[in-house]
Amino acid sequence: MSSANWPVEFLNRLITEAISVEHISLPSIMLWQIESHHWQQFAELAKQQNLRWVAGWAEHIEDRFLINTCFESQGIYVLLRTIVDVAKPELPSQASVYPAANRSERHTQDMFGIHFTGHPDQRRWTRHQAWAKHSHPLRRDFPVQGEPEAITPPDRDYPFVKAHGAGVYEIPVGPVHAGIIEPGHFRFLAVGELILNLEERLGYVHKGIEKIAEGRTPESLARLAGRISGDTTVGHCWAACMAMEQAAGIEITRRAALLRGILAERERIANHLGDMGAICNDVAFIFAHMQFSRLRELWLRTNAKVFGHRLLMDKIVPGGVLGDLSAASCTLIQKDIVQLRKELSGILPAIDLNSSLEDRLYTAGYLSPDIAAAYGTVGYVGLASGQDRDVRRDAPYPPYDQARFKVALENQGDIASRFWVRYKEINAALKLIEQFIKQLAAGDILTEWQTPSAGSEALGIVEGWRGEITAYVRFAADNKIARFYPRDPSILNWPALEKLTLDNIVPDFPVCNKSLNGSYSGNDL
Amino acid sequence: MLRLFKKIISTGVVTERCKVSKEEELEKLGIQIKRHIDKQFSGSIAIRQVDAGSCNGCELEIHALNNPYYDIERFGIHFVASPRHADVLLVTGPVSRHMQTALLRTYEATPNPKWVVAVGDCAACGGEFGVSYASCGAVSNVIPVDVVITGCPPTPLTLMAGLLGLMKDK
Repeated sequence: MSSANWPVEFLNRLITEAISVEHISLPSIMLWQIESHHWQQFAELAKQQNLRWVAGWAEHIEDRFLINTCFESQGIYVLLRTIVDVAKPELPSQASVYPAANRSERHTQDMFGIHFTGHPDQRRWTRHQAWAKHSHPLRRDFPVQGEPEAITPPDRDYPFVKAHGAGVYEIPVGPVHAGIIEPGHFRFLAVGELILNLEERLGYVHKGIEKIAEGRTPESLARLAGRISGDTTVGHCWAACMAMEQAAGIEITRRAALLRGILAERERIANHLGDMGAICNDVAFIFAHMQFSRLRELWLRTNAKVFGHRLLMDKIVPGGVLGDLSAASCTLIQKDIVQLRKELSGILPAIDLNSSLEDRLYTAGYLSPDIAAAYGTVGYVGLASGQDRDVRRDAPYPPYDQARFKVALENQGDIASRFWVRYKEINAALKLIEQFIKQLAAGDILTEWQTPSAGSEALGIVEGWRGEITAYVRFAADNKIARFYPRDPSILNWPALEKLTLDNIVPDFPVCNKSLNGSYSGNDL
Repeated sequence: MLRLFKKIISTGVVTERCKVSKEEELEKLGIQIKRHIDKQFSGSIAIRQVDAGSCNGCELEIHALNNPYYDIERFGIHFVASPRHADVLLVTGPVSRHMQTALLRTYEATPNPKWVVAVGDCAACGGEFGVSYASCGAVSNVIPVDVVITGCPPTPLTLMAGLLGLMKDK
């Protein structure tokens, strides 16, 4: 469907299929409520119309479960909802239509005990052994302390995919890895050095974020959101605050929006610098690793000088930002940008002409545009495989509504593509920071908070450095959070890693993994 | 290739520059660490970093210890790939219940004498996550801790100062 008016046409289509839709108005997003037995049929029609599956989550309210899925096309987001009875928590799965929904539905199954009939994979996902099979942490009657054993046993009996035959062997890796990285388990099936299959087993850093979000104040939720994934503290904090602000019906000032934009772009650049160095390091090209880590350090030092925190934690708060930008700080940031451009223009040609790097990065870790589309990959992973989407352009929110920039796009789909997309994104981000500083006019940076009415809900959607982040918030009475569900871009990108490593050799796995760089903490919550 | 060498030469050794006070501080601190390491560990300590549930913020700053500005290896501190090669475990995060056994096993796999450094507010006291059905909270709730380095996340300089604390106590 090419028209930007697709929701109207799609609703007509639903009528012809006899699917009744109840419209509920939410701030900045359409909410369609349907009968639960139409859940899968809706997904099939959505798939035919090329809608992208964005996120899925549930909520327990009294004797009902609200089950939500978010779809998107051409920058227009639609929230789909159905209600099932707690006594019979069952509805048809959308995962057989949208592979991206697979782990999300398994997460909902583990956390709520909602059964998705016809799901292609009935195994648990988020649950290891910290709570019993028939208890569900996100049900209202589950106490936040749970009933844990003194020592939680390891998740020994997870049924991994098996292979049989001469010469096929398994390599278990993790959860504790050899480097300074997050924990997770990878199970390889290999013949010689060739990877036949890779299975990810995540959930090791599940910290109960959704559960401990309940009952928090807006400020406290913002702090928690800033720690969903430490490298995306600005992105998650912004998405959560955006949702809370929409629910409360308050609008942040232009100056606050511009400052948030500067913070977000600085976070993007810091992470891309780190990643570009780390990708080179994984193929033993130390020159680039040292150069990029040097540039990243300089970048973080300016963060500390200007904003008071190297990783920019807790700078975004409900209603605006903490800490204004002085004229001197603006000058420092602008000087920094000139310096970084100069440095990169020296380093990148030296890298580009290096044949050993070319040997390792080109054609390795190939992710086809078809698979990238099927899994709905976002951010640089999607962009490197021709998935042209960026929330900042497609569904612009202040300050991006008045910014001009080019979305980096590549179509080779290999590690080199994901490397160069990052470089293009750095350049675009540098330009954006310059524009934002130019647009800065005097004004307040904090809007007074208003207690939202009980039950008010909203969805915050921003482009984090890894890609699209969505955050759902519903308020209870007295300014307290009833439900918070953040969807990190990694949730959409992790499954792509299982695909792009196929037919690569085991020793290339680290660089394949780094080129995608999913967040474990953001995935496990 | 020439461009590469040109960039290396023009960049120079950033580690040695001590012009700003921060670097001086770093240099002083580093030398103290080195002395203690020489005395206690015959010149080097091997650190195994374990993320037991962190948000990854602490990992980013621990990584920074290896960048050319801090270059912590020059003081004899290096990160190793296995607990079997380690003198020190650097543990981050509130310990998630799903990581509890893995952390215990890593601790057991580390040969004696060994020290445990809990890094970050979460590792120190549970931080924003505390104790819950999913989280054991502080690292000391799971394994014995020798030194605590607070911060969310601690900066590379704080990390160096914390490691020095470990050396002094032993």
